[in-house]
Amino acid sequence: MVAKSSSAFEIKTLSILDEQRTGVAAYEHPWVVRMAHWANAVSLFVMVTTGLRIYKAFPSFGPKIPQSNFINIPKWATLGGWLGGALQWHFTFAWIFVLTGLTYVVYQIASRNYRQVLFTLRDVPGVWPMVRHYFFFGKKPEVTEPYNPLQKLAYTSSIFFGVAATLTGLVLYKPAQLRWLAYPMGGYHLVRIWHFLAMCGFLSFIPGHLIMVALHGWNNFYSMLVGWKKDPEYLNHSSEG
Amino acid sequence: METNDNPDKIAPSSPNVSDAPSNKVLTAREFKHIGRRELLKLTPLVVLGSFAVPRFRDSLLETGVAFSDWASSKYFSRSRLAPTFKDSEVVQFEKFPYNGYDVLDPEVDLDNWTLTVEGLVKTPGEIKLSTIQALPKVLQNTRHVCVEGWDAIGNFGGARVSDFLKLVGADLTARFVEVECEDDYYESLDMASILQPQSLLCYEMYGKPLDRGHGAPLRLQMPTKLGYKQAKYLNTFRVTNVLKSDRKGYWEDQGYSWHGGL
Repeated sequence: MVAKSSSAFEIKTLSILDEQRTGVAAYEHPWVVRMAHWANAVSLFVMVTTGLRIYKAFPSFGPKIPQSNFINIPKWATLGGWLGGALQWHFTFAWIFVLTGLTYVVYQIASRNYRQVLFTLRDVPGVWPMVRHYFFFGKKPEVTEPYNPLQKLAYTSSIFFGVAATLTGLVLYKPAQLRWLAYPMGGYHLVRIWHFLAMCGFLSFIPGHLIMVALHGWNNFYSMLVGWKKDPEYLNHSSEG
Repeated sequence: METNDNPDKIAPSSPNVSDAPSNKVLTAREFKHIGRRELLKLTPLVVLGSFAVPRFRDSLLETGVAFSDWASSKYFSRSRLAPTFKDSEVVQFEKFPYNGYDVLDPEVDLDNWTLTVEGLVKTPGEIKLSTIQALPKVLQNTRHVCVEGWDAIGNFGGARVSDFLKLVGADLTARFVEVECEDDYYESLDMASILQPQSLLCYEMYGKPLDRGHGAPLRLQMPTKLGYKQAKYLNTFRVTNVLKSDRKGYWEDQGYSWHGGL
């Protein structure tokens, strides 16, 4: 098969032969990506719930005197029990979160697999049709790649949230040692807000992600476990043997 | 049917579907086996599940915090100064929070107070406040950061802990300083942070003697440490190489990070 454009990526496929039908499967998620995905699912859960417990200790972005609370974080949404416990979880899983993220990004770049998922200018025109399809019952755009433009946008921005959460978290952890990093972010007080917003970014991503996974069913979910996806739409295969 | 060899059926921007060696034909049964094998490759993830097991959890989290503390002390540099602020950025004295673990006034007898100095020092004994006040005085506007998340920029006056250590002939190669307080609070700190030039034995705030709520007559004031490390109402100051594992600090013994560095 001839390469069509330099920006297209390679995807490993195989055919499945059965008595009734012939199918095809594509290797969408390499091992490193699957490992990173599930490790990140766990660490993100821990980071958000313990982060909320930490924030609960002083749920404000203003001064201590007078204190005006911004939000009341319910206990059930938190992990760690008390501030000290939450901090232990947070500063243990922060390493797992960062290590997972770094492994993922380095692997995606080194294997050039990032082209599957990175949102680029090329994807801009495809965003609106997907939004129209998902939210306003528009016609389903033709599926030509493993990830549609809206998915690419979501996954690429989650990488951005991860980088933002890490850098702002480092400043909150070490505002004196990393004052050079705090400065371009607008100082300690603003960095607390950025760190909170990075979490909001994740929180806005996760429900949509879970709903889509639920809607797309077992075959799609299973591909994040085993890597192979049976009969992906973009391979446009016909199922009559 | 050769699905993968039919380029006409694939839209122009679709991925390249590579040929051999991966373009194998498998039976459904063989494909299931591949799936199982790939699933087994995710078993390293069960390590994360050990955090859900109460027996492992505490030691795992302890290790995580110890590692964070190790990284914190590795990265700490005595020459990296904490930010200082203009007088106009200092909060009013009334808006600088009082914070204590127990009582805000342990009723220290200020007239007869002395600081007991022990451990790896040439001249152990009782030190009067006037002796500490005779050391070069440092005034600084620095940010006080509480582990809870609030902070306040205050004006502090006192003597450098490093000057005090030289005064009493302390072994500056010792690893730790332990302090004990009139309100039974206790703390221990790493020598590197203690020797940082902004670390003060603080006896003044806003140009006035430290008041009872803020730790009179003497407290630690260290803009490179979280608030709980900056013990108030000091009465004992010990230079040592060994920490008791169950007495590292009031909050640390309950789970806070020992380094607590900013």
